[in-house]
Amino acid sequence: MSNLALQISNISKAFGATQALKEVDFELRKGEIHALAGENGAGKSTLMNIIDGIHQPDSGDIYLKGQKVNIPSPAEAQKMGIGFVHQEIALCPDISVAENIFMAQTNTSKTFLMNYGALHRKALDVFAQLSPIDPAILVQDLSISNQQLVEIAKALTLDCSILILDEPTAALTEKEAKVLFRIMRDLADSGISIIYISHRMVEIFENCDRVTVFRDGHFVNTNNVTDITPDDVVNSMVGRVINNLYPAKQSLANKSEQIILEVQQLNERHRYKDISFKVTKGEILGFSGLIGAGRSEIAKGVCGLDGEDITGRVFLEGQEIPFKTYQDSINNGVVYLSEDRKGDGVFLDLSIASNISALAIKQVSHASGLINNRQELSQARSLADRLNLKRGHITHPVYSLSGGNQQKVALAKMLSVNPRVIFLDEPTRGVDVGAKSEIHKILRDLANEGVGIIVISSELPELIGLCDRVLVIREGVINGEVVGDEMTEETIMHLASIEKLKPTSAESKQRVAS
Amino acid sequence: MSNSDTITESNQEIRQDNSLPAKLRRLMAMRETGLILIILALFVVMTFASPYFLTWTNMRAMGMAFAVEGIVVVGMCILLIAGGIDLSVGSVVTFAMVLAGWLFLQGVDPWTASVIAIIACAAVGMAMGFCVTKIGLHHFIVSLAFMVIFRGVCLLITQGRPLGLYTLPPEFKFIGQGSVGVIPIVIVIFVVIVVAFDFLVRRSTVFRKVFYTGSNEKAAAYSGIRTKKVIFLSTVLCSTLCGVAGVIYMARFASAPPYFGLGMELNVIAAAVIGGASLQGGSGTIFGAILGVVLLSVVTSSLALLDVSTYWQDIIRGSILLVAVIFDHYVNKKKALA
Repeated sequence: MSNLALQISNISKAFGATQALKEVDFELRKGEIHALAGENGAGKSTLMNIIDGIHQPDSGDIYLKGQKVNIPSPAEAQKMGIGFVHQEIALCPDISVAENIFMAQTNTSKTFLMNYGALHRKALDVFAQLSPIDPAILVQDLSISNQQLVEIAKALTLDCSILILDEPTAALTEKEAKVLFRIMRDLADSGISIIYISHRMVEIFENCDRVTVFRDGHFVNTNNVTDITPDDVVNSMVGRVINNLYPAKQSLANKSEQIILEVQQLNERHRYKDISFKVTKGEILGFSGLIGAGRSEIAKGVCGLDGEDITGRVFLEGQEIPFKTYQDSINNGVVYLSEDRKGDGVFLDLSIASNISALAIKQVSHASGLINNRQELSQARSLADRLNLKRGHITHPVYSLSGGNQQKVALAKMLSVNPRVIFLDEPTRGVDVGAKSEIHKILRDLANEGVGIIVISSELPELIGLCDRVLVIREGVINGEVVGDEMTEETIMHLASIEKLKPTSAESKQRVAS
Repeated sequence: MSNSDTITESNQEIRQDNSLPAKLRRLMAMRETGLILIILALFVVMTFASPYFLTWTNMRAMGMAFAVEGIVVVGMCILLIAGGIDLSVGSVVTFAMVLAGWLFLQGVDPWTASVIAIIACAAVGMAMGFCVTKIGLHHFIVSLAFMVIFRGVCLLITQGRPLGLYTLPPEFKFIGQGSVGVIPIVIVIFVVIVVAFDFLVRRSTVFRKVFYTGSNEKAAAYSGIRTKKVIFLSTVLCSTLCGVAGVIYMARFASAPPYFGLGMELNVIAAAVIGGASLQGGSGTIFGAILGVVLLSVVTSSLALLDVSTYWQDIIRGSILLVAVIFDHYVNKKKALA
């Protein structure tokens, strides 16, 4: 019994009518990395919030090192040695990294004056093992992934024996994630127990010791990762057998020469140059590359959404189209699904119906400029049904939906204009496994119907599983293209991170020289 | 098989319950219903408390008091929905009065003078809109600066003294002082503006874009909406309606005092917020905002009839605003948990 750092026994928790957790058990051994998996709404976050003292359980017991405890607040949890790195970044942007890291200590500090020198030195110590970030820099000047590292650094300084990490790699690059996993292992070896929440099977199986699955507020099972396969975990998560996560690819017989979208020599002032590519009928094209390589920027450039001094030509089914404003682009049926759903994808406080109609409000309006309510609702209903949206009434606000269903609303918005080309930027980020495979199937169906589909994703398995062809972008240039069997994580990562040795043409040689 | 069945089942849309009790519950949950009930309750209480309250004279005075301010509330409410705010409304209303009055005294026909004043107010709105959308300043700061600047402009034009406009022709004064039958023209204009804008805000595509922009400006831009234009035009609309209100005030008082409308912005914003508009943008109705202004003026009038000191009136009006905002806070919290 003594090797259990934390034991959860029979915990239930309800929010109003929703039973978030029902008699769940959970065990965390000393010095292990324990993955917690489950779809959105499975109860993972609720349990973590109970362990961190944010919520109180309705019934059940919590044992820390064999002692029954009551965790009334996050501050108490911290005193008991529980550190929690939330998925959302909660840093103060206007103050320095060092001050952010030691916020909790400053709060409980007995001295009257701030000792900035000591803070700075202590922060440097923390980052020595983590990543070279200057503690004096303001948090707002850091990239999202570095902000995430600051969050982790903050938890590391708390001297905790249990560390909870809620999807910490969502915003990290592959390399940063590797560093994080190495640190996690070091911490575990020094006796700290880590609860690791993630959707990514690869991460779980490569870095964790055991995995526990929750589904619909119930505990399903706990296994050593060496005893099971990723498929087993996914099947326990969704409660049904998903044999193939991805829909079938385009068959050779269906291969078409018909070009839907062609982009020629697209250049932007700083962010990309000489971007040329084609999307043929029925295929799903992938854009891969590291964060910041210019994938999203290219898509936004083609749609006229963003970018300075863009030059180049865009052809839609052989016809040249202007890309001056996004409105032009929408009118031509070329749309862009944003990567940041909550930030700029949906209107959280507006209804599902008015979200779906936002792209082309004229479609559901009379000639007089008045909205036809009935038409707006029926359009929303039929698109929602097509995408299998799990929802309340169509006039309910979007914040009432789960992440995966919010994403379907954003997708329904795109489909409302009967698009000819859709750029989807991270279409399944933060979406649970079930909804993810549904979204993939929808994309494949759309491609089969002749819609040009371009998927931008940081998840290599998704690109490899879903796309027929992947373009790899590196520092604003297309660094290579992979098709068929070449599509492996190794080749794509290689192209994404290493410059090609031989420039493909004399022209690009000149460019390198200049 | 059974799994796929449960999926289809959970996917069924929750049917809206259309039975009478359910409809009543939904009606009761609406902000507007609550405000109407509070106003009616005040009416009942005041009718017993003061014999003067439910008299035609008092009703008419109350109506005249909120009608013109109500026009400004319409503009403010739309700007709040767009995610903006305008602190300059009091100064701009006064600017319209003073400019039209001054032009009249210079010999310009009062109708032409009024049109010029309204256009000038629209131009003020454009200047503010320019600062917000092109330069990228915050509405709050820009309109604070314009509030101070245009108070100064009013003082400059009038040289600090009210302009006496007794010589305004009767047909012009009629806008502010006349009646159709028993209904004052001011109230007729007010009702027309409110009904028209309430309908348009609820139903027109143009104003739907205002909601999209205020709810999430980035998401709106990513839906192809020219959000800067929406914010610019909302700002201009608010100032233009201030111009309309200013001209009506001039006709009503046949005078243009440079210190008119001090603190009007706070009353107008309070009314819109009590009526359900959010300072974060993206929500609000014209009807609700008007009920907000009606509630505030019924309270003011009641307190006056009950001989409560004017100092207390401010305290009470401020408290009503606070209660409304606290109420919203808890409603939103409940929503966030649901």
